[in-house]
Amino acid sequence: MSKDSFAQKVAKTQVWKSIFRHGPPDNARNRAAVIAGNVFLHLHPIKLKKSGVQLGYTWCMGGLTFFVFLALAVTGILLMFYYRPTAEYAYNDVIALREHVPLGIMRELHRWGAHAMVITVWLHMFRVFMTGSYKPPREFNWGVGVILLVLTLLLSFTGYLLPWDQLAIWAITVGSNMAKATPFLGHGGPGANLAQIGDFIMVSDKNDVRFQLLGGRFVGEAALLRFYILHCVFIPVVVSVLIAIHFWRVRKDGGISAPL
Amino acid sequence: MKNFLNVYTDPVYSFTFVCIAFFFMIKYVHIVATKKFGIGLMLSTLIMFILCFMDPTFTKNFYITNDNVPIIFLVFLLAWTTWFALYQGVRNDNRIANGLPPLEGTPENREKVWAWPNLVYTELFAIILGTVFLIAWSVFFKAPLEEPANPTWAPNPAKAPWYFLGLQEMLVYFDPWLAGVLLPGLIIVGLIAIPYIDMNPKGNGYYTFAERKFAIITYLFSWLVLWNFLIIIGTVFRGPNWSFYGPFEVWDTHKVVAANNVNISEMLWINTLGVKLPSNIFVREIAGILMTLAYLVLFPIFLTKKIFNFNGLLGKICNGGFLGQRYLKSLGWARYALLIFLVLMMLTLPIKMYMRWLINLKYIVFMPEFEFNI
Repeated sequence: MSKDSFAQKVAKTQVWKSIFRHGPPDNARNRAAVIAGNVFLHLHPIKLKKSGVQLGYTWCMGGLTFFVFLALAVTGILLMFYYRPTAEYAYNDVIALREHVPLGIMRELHRWGAHAMVITVWLHMFRVFMTGSYKPPREFNWGVGVILLVLTLLLSFTGYLLPWDQLAIWAITVGSNMAKATPFLGHGGPGANLAQIGDFIMVSDKNDVRFQLLGGRFVGEAALLRFYILHCVFIPVVVSVLIAIHFWRVRKDGGISAPL
Repeated sequence: MKNFLNVYTDPVYSFTFVCIAFFFMIKYVHIVATKKFGIGLMLSTLIMFILCFMDPTFTKNFYITNDNVPIIFLVFLLAWTTWFALYQGVRNDNRIANGLPPLEGTPENREKVWAWPNLVYTELFAIILGTVFLIAWSVFFKAPLEEPANPTWAPNPAKAPWYFLGLQEMLVYFDPWLAGVLLPGLIIVGLIAIPYIDMNPKGNGYYTFAERKFAIITYLFSWLVLWNFLIIIGTVFRGPNWSFYGPFEVWDTHKVVAANNVNISEMLWINTLGVKLPSNIFVREIAGILMTLAYLVLFPIFLTKKIFNFNGLLGKICNGGFLGQRYLKSLGWARYALLIFLVLMMLTLPIKMYMRWLINLKYIVFMPEFEFNI
């Protein structure tokens, strides 16, 4: 009997066996077990069509979008330790991140990652369209994907305000001014001045949708807090739930699309 | 050359040029979908960027207001993905024409393989590459940070994040309620509706072009020309006061742009009939209202009826053979109505752009009394 290597010895310890309850994935049984027995890997099917693992077909764009989302969650949580969403501190905290951290790239990773995620999610949709993968039985999951794409843009947009510099507040001012023009619900939109009781204007800049979004009539401290909560808590939670549905449905609708 | 580009990148010309280029891309797709063309496309994109960044004005303008670095990746990826999808589509079309299954459907590719190691190792590789790419990007490019927020001083131009600049560019032609609310809303609704409108059973799960021409042309046009090209215009060709600036032109805040745009109502009553504008707003705007209704209601009905007998393309359109009758039959009236509404709403953008450029049109319907301007 040959002597066990160090790796083989480790694999025989009680600790290792308690974590990985099967042998190395070099035979059919263990290859099934490694996928099915691991909470992260079990997102995958145990076996799938060869066409579905080819990079030329999938471009890996959906997977990369998810990966960048996770990277953004990690870097975002790290940034939250140092960032206070108030007009007094926000900008200085971002400056401090830049000035006081040698070789720090957390903010860079987070910002460029956000842009990268917008691009990868767009290209993922493009790939899905060009392969006709939205066709039955995947119609519903395409819709979930479209919502996820919109939420990705909103995540990026809400995060845009947080550095609290000129670039941030004026980009958000330009963007949120669109809400002002919502028909009937924004005070500058068509039909808003139809809702009037006597002299009392029902839809004004003190209560329209832009006011609800910003918590004020302009991009101020209330808007900063709202965008912070939307960016760090609300939208990520919604996105996480929808990602779960999206992945679940990919599996339930027959896995990665292939010719019928 | 730079002066030439400074003049002809104006959307008036460049949008037309991109539309013509798109037409030729579709018409000669079998030439586009070759490896030589793909390599040429990537090389010419690369050379274009290198030449552009050798110009100090371009470089300065490019970095002046926004974090525009992602746009570079976007342009490369657009060129690459469009070519690659068409390449694989035409390759499959040729196979299908010869009685073979698409490449994704060969018996060999239908075989099932183990997720471990085939899938998980690909993913691991992609994750490592993605990490390396993000870290390299972050090391070489600092995240932008400008002066502290100052609500009393607006930068000029004030630009939205780059992925919304297509919508901001639409503000040149439409009021905010259309460019910022209704049309983006319809993009979302339209995208979700695609699987419920597209009843073509072919092309499910493999690249193709010939089997889904209408769907792919519509999608590619809106994606490449109406969405991404407008983003590029908004990022690169718009300077102070959202005026047009050539890529190598110095941004001069005092550049004067003539704005003598007129409304349809003024064209009708003042310029044509030579009378004052009627005081009743609905009479005043009657021409624009009728045009809008004709476009959105009568035109879709007209497409489905056989009214005139023309030959050629005109006959195809008027006899409904081109779009209306055929699609009405295969889709049913509800799907047809939704499809034609979404396509017509999408086409309002290029229509309004050309009406602005050709006849200086400001508004088709102008009712500031209700903030209702089309």
